Amino acid sequence: MLTLQFIPYGELSSLSSEKKIQKLLRIVREDKIVLLEGKLGINEKSELIRKTMEEIDDKFKGIEIEDLDLEKKDKAFFEKIRTIFINFILGSRKGMTIIGPASIIKEIKKDPDKIQLFTEDTKKKKKK
Amino acid sequence: MGIFGNFLKKFLKSLFKKKGEIKLGLYGPPNGGKTTLANKISMDWLGEEVGIVSGIAHETREIQIKEQITIKSKGKELTFNLVDTPGIATKIDYEDFLKAGIKEKEAKTRAKEATKGVIDAIKWLDDMDAVVIVLDGTKDPYSQVNITIIGNLEARKIPVLIVANKIDLKKADIKKVQAAFPQYDVIGISAKYGKNIEDFYEALFKITNQ
Repeated sequence: MLTLQFIPYGELSSLSSEKKIQKLLRIVREDKIVLLEGKLGINEKSELIRKTMEEIDDKFKGIEIEDLDLEKKDKAFFEKIRTIFINFILGSRKGMTIIGPASIIKEIKKDPDKIQLFTEDTKKKKKK
Repeated sequence: MGIFGNFLKKFLKSLFKKKGEIKLGLYGPPNGGKTTLANKISMDWLGEEVGIVSGIAHETREIQIKEQITIKSKGKELTFNLVDTPGIATKIDYEDFLKAGIKEKEAKTRAKEATKGVIDAIKWLDDMDAVVIVLDGTKDPYSQVNITIIGNLEARKIPVLIVANKIDLKKADIKKVQAAFPQYDVIGISAKYGKNIEDFYEALFKITNQ
């Protein structure tokens, strides 16, 4: 059975990057797929990869991760650049992130306005 | 280390840096052709190879450095230390090594070394003066690994050149790589056959401001 766990932005926003990553990895290691409201900051993403590598063993094979922008495309140019830069560094409430165990998720494809998630067992296509 | 800390570190490093101490990193996902390119550069200018190349992912599991490579183009010279890094991935499964015909014990050891290699590659990002991202031009460039590496370099203000490798293969699509990263110079090459390598060397002068 496939379990999806939704995490609203508010549940992680008060946590430090370290605690945020610990929490995400703990859920993924329970063989659940995380649907996170918002996006991680760029340093948080590399830290998530680093921490994942530390935890890989015979049972835990790592993660698949993908995120999606939900920004309005008609924003003024300078406002858009400003928002992109801030979100890039700090992460953002807008958007959606999917993180799951590599043993369950075979592949995540971004298209780029939709995310397709292919699971290892069923290879059925799920869309978000 | 925070963004301000990175700026400070870079500033102090630039104050005490000697000529020819540019660290040029080769980064990217596994099997993009980083070591093939490192070997091509090193063979062209030093006459010796950097590391072993194979079709099995994570062949390079340790940072490999070739010091004092001097390249010449159009009357200019550029000396750098070439840093070939292990491929960065979000997953490593020892069973993939089994499928490649490697015995279980060795496969598990390789997987462990590969995870350490990824950690080291991330750690070394801070020390680079310029980075060449080596992507397999036949694969989808929109991966989180690529975005994370490039994003981290951008946040650290480290100059980036993107290489779409394997253009000798029919499936290679440079335009797709350019569309994915429109703010960067993208050069299509075949590291294996040396195709377009002169343009690549010329681009190295540009990203290192020489």
